[in-house]
Amino acid sequence: MTGRRIAIVVAIIGLVIVPYVITEVYYVNIASQILLYAIFALGLNVLVGYAGLVSLGHAGLFGVASYAVAYLLAAGFGHAVAIPAAIGIGLLATAVFAALALRASGISFIMITLALGEIIWGLAYRWISVTHGDNGINVTTRPAPFGLPLSSARGFYDATLIIFLLAVASSAIFVRSPLGAALCGTRDQPRRMNALGFHVWMIRFMAFMFSGLLTSISGILFVYYNEFISPQALALTASAEGLLMVISGGAGTLLGPVVGAALVVIVKNVVSGLRFTVLSPMGFADLVKFVLNGLFQHWNFLLGAIFVAIVVFMPEGLVPGSVRLARAAWRTANRSKSARPAAAAPPAPVAEQKR
Amino acid sequence: MSRRVSRRTLLTGTAAGAAVALTRFPAPAVAQAVPFKLGLLTVKTGPLAAGGILMEQGVLTYLKEKNYTLGGRKVDFISADTGGNPAGAKTKAQELVERDGVDVILGPLAAFELYAISEYVIEKKMPTLSLAAADNLTQRTPNPYLLRASATSSQATQPLGHYAATELKLKRVVTISEDFAFGHEQMGGFQASFQKDGGCVVNKLWPPLVTPDYTPYIAQIVACDAVCQGFAGSNPLRFMKQYATAGLKYPVIAGEAGADDFLLKSFGEEALGLVSAAPYTLDLESDANHRFVDGMLKNYDAIPGQYAALLYCNCQVLDAGLQTVGGDARDREKLMAALKLVTLTDTPRGPIKFDHLNNVIGTIYIRRVVKEGAKYGLKLWNKTIHTYENVSQFWTWPEKEFLAHPVYSRDYPPLTKC
Repeated sequence: MTGRRIAIVVAIIGLVIVPYVITEVYYVNIASQILLYAIFALGLNVLVGYAGLVSLGHAGLFGVASYAVAYLLAAGFGHAVAIPAAIGIGLLATAVFAALALRASGISFIMITLALGEIIWGLAYRWISVTHGDNGINVTTRPAPFGLPLSSARGFYDATLIIFLLAVASSAIFVRSPLGAALCGTRDQPRRMNALGFHVWMIRFMAFMFSGLLTSISGILFVYYNEFISPQALALTASAEGLLMVISGGAGTLLGPVVGAALVVIVKNVVSGLRFTVLSPMGFADLVKFVLNGLFQHWNFLLGAIFVAIVVFMPEGLVPGSVRLARAAWRTANRSKSARPAAAAPPAPVAEQKR
Repeated sequence: MSRRVSRRTLLTGTAAGAAVALTRFPAPAVAQAVPFKLGLLTVKTGPLAAGGILMEQGVLTYLKEKNYTLGGRKVDFISADTGGNPAGAKTKAQELVERDGVDVILGPLAAFELYAISEYVIEKKMPTLSLAAADNLTQRTPNPYLLRASATSSQATQPLGHYAATELKLKRVVTISEDFAFGHEQMGGFQASFQKDGGCVVNKLWPPLVTPDYTPYIAQIVACDAVCQGFAGSNPLRFMKQYATAGLKYPVIAGEAGADDFLLKSFGEEALGLVSAAPYTLDLESDANHRFVDGMLKNYDAIPGQYAALLYCNCQVLDAGLQTVGGDARDREKLMAALKLVTLTDTPRGPIKFDHLNNVIGTIYIRRVVKEGAKYGLKLWNKTIHTYENVSQFWTWPEKEFLAHPVYSRDYPPLTKC
């Protein structure tokens, strides 16, 4: 337990000093993006990982809060009004989403959330008088809570980090609470939970609301980060990307969605822009660089390949998968040490059996 | 086992290759001054990609012609794909400015992208030579770091309105264009000048940028003399085909992108007679235009239209401006001031200069799609039938009067009974 605590403290210190280590504005902004998408993924993870309900419409919820805050700011309200109101509107939309989607589970749930997400995308795209359609809404100012302006990259990173840590902490508390335990119960044995007297629908509804809260918060951060919102942010691909963050990192773990968000954001923004200089005539190294350049340029393909690799080698996700592989390696190392003097054929390693 | 061997081979190969590469080319960058970093925001995916790729080819054609030097400095060219949406434009602009440290941005393509990055460009004091035609950024909310050698959205459609009313003698027109800033402003400009000269816009239709089928919109085209379309990218092709298939016979007139020269190779008979207004025309007989078209054909085997031509012009302006400041792009204000004063006579689009709001004053060409006189192996040809010289963004209105109106939008000018 103490080891865990040390790890947490080290991680927090590491996150706090990020803008001091990488001073380049561009990379500080990337770090902010990772954190805000991590909050989104944490929200989605509550449903996907702990409730076993796969939502393909979360970008819609994300968008409701985004558009609400952008619309209110453009209408002349202050940040102090716009942010709470946007969270309220986001929660309201979540409640409607939940009420409709929780009538089903499994594939029907996926399809209903997909449809709801598309409806919201359609509204953003075609309800021109409110959303300005494809032109989007510009937001010109970031708030300055307690006189600390968020207009600089570092200021914004710090604020996002605080919100991110609160999101992680609240997720941890939620998961460890009796409600969280009951939620996992409804995921694994909904009928038995029902027979035991738990109100399965209400438990799922509460989880949906908590998920909606985190999603709305990340939507608001997204607007302030980009100072702009247009329908692309709500498209199906955005929902799918969120889902990939959760699944690739490890659904049902706290750290998984964070790692997944980092993976997606980095491949999308950093790797996609990498270019090696290829000299001609091509030597072998240049050929390798040439191929890598192609991969970097078509980062969608690279990301797809990474996901396939994750599914093949770590189907449970990056975080649990790495933990499993590390443990297996550790055990194998220990076993071969103790087995050596005996010189007898060691029993098959545990990890092998598991596989 | 085999895997281990191959990995080792790979490593050795990489190391050997790198060693060879290093020894063969002793780093030339050290000997020279820092190159001038030129960033391009363009679109390589989606319906606007056809134009976006031509933008890049236009820039590269100029750079190749000048052996990759502008204003006496070696150029390092970086191209970024915005995906043709405002959020992507913002992300890519940040990438160019903050990561790549570019000195000047060319582009973006679409007006709604430019509106999304305008504030950012001012904040970063980044000289931006735009193709995008977001009217208000050189009108009521001028951006001091923006220079537009292309045209505002309405700069070509205002003369088109005049031509339609006075020469084509049209009375009642239905407009149809994409539902984004470029479409709104184009059609607004057309409506304002067309109605000033006695015409009447009877209906305005706004299909979304990405739509599989124009039929529901085409069905609403009734009771008029002609249709004015303001489509962009490759959308004009689809619209004209579906329009012809629907059996409509009203003549069609178009904005600058609606009959772009690069579309000529893909248009069929349905485009015959299409009248359009544009700041560039492929059939302009000038040295610069011949140089430019030959370069495009030689380098890319591509028949260019305005997307490539206007970017080529942007490069010419940048080249001239950099020459004035001796190639020193560090003082952004000084560079902007020099760029504003550039006047060129020999560009692919004819003579250009800038007004005090950083927008171009140049010729607008009225063309008609015909079969006769087609060159470069084309079957159809945009033949210039009229030219308006020294057209400013305010058309014939006095600047004050023009700016007193709101910017052209979906709802301005409003539809009136006429």
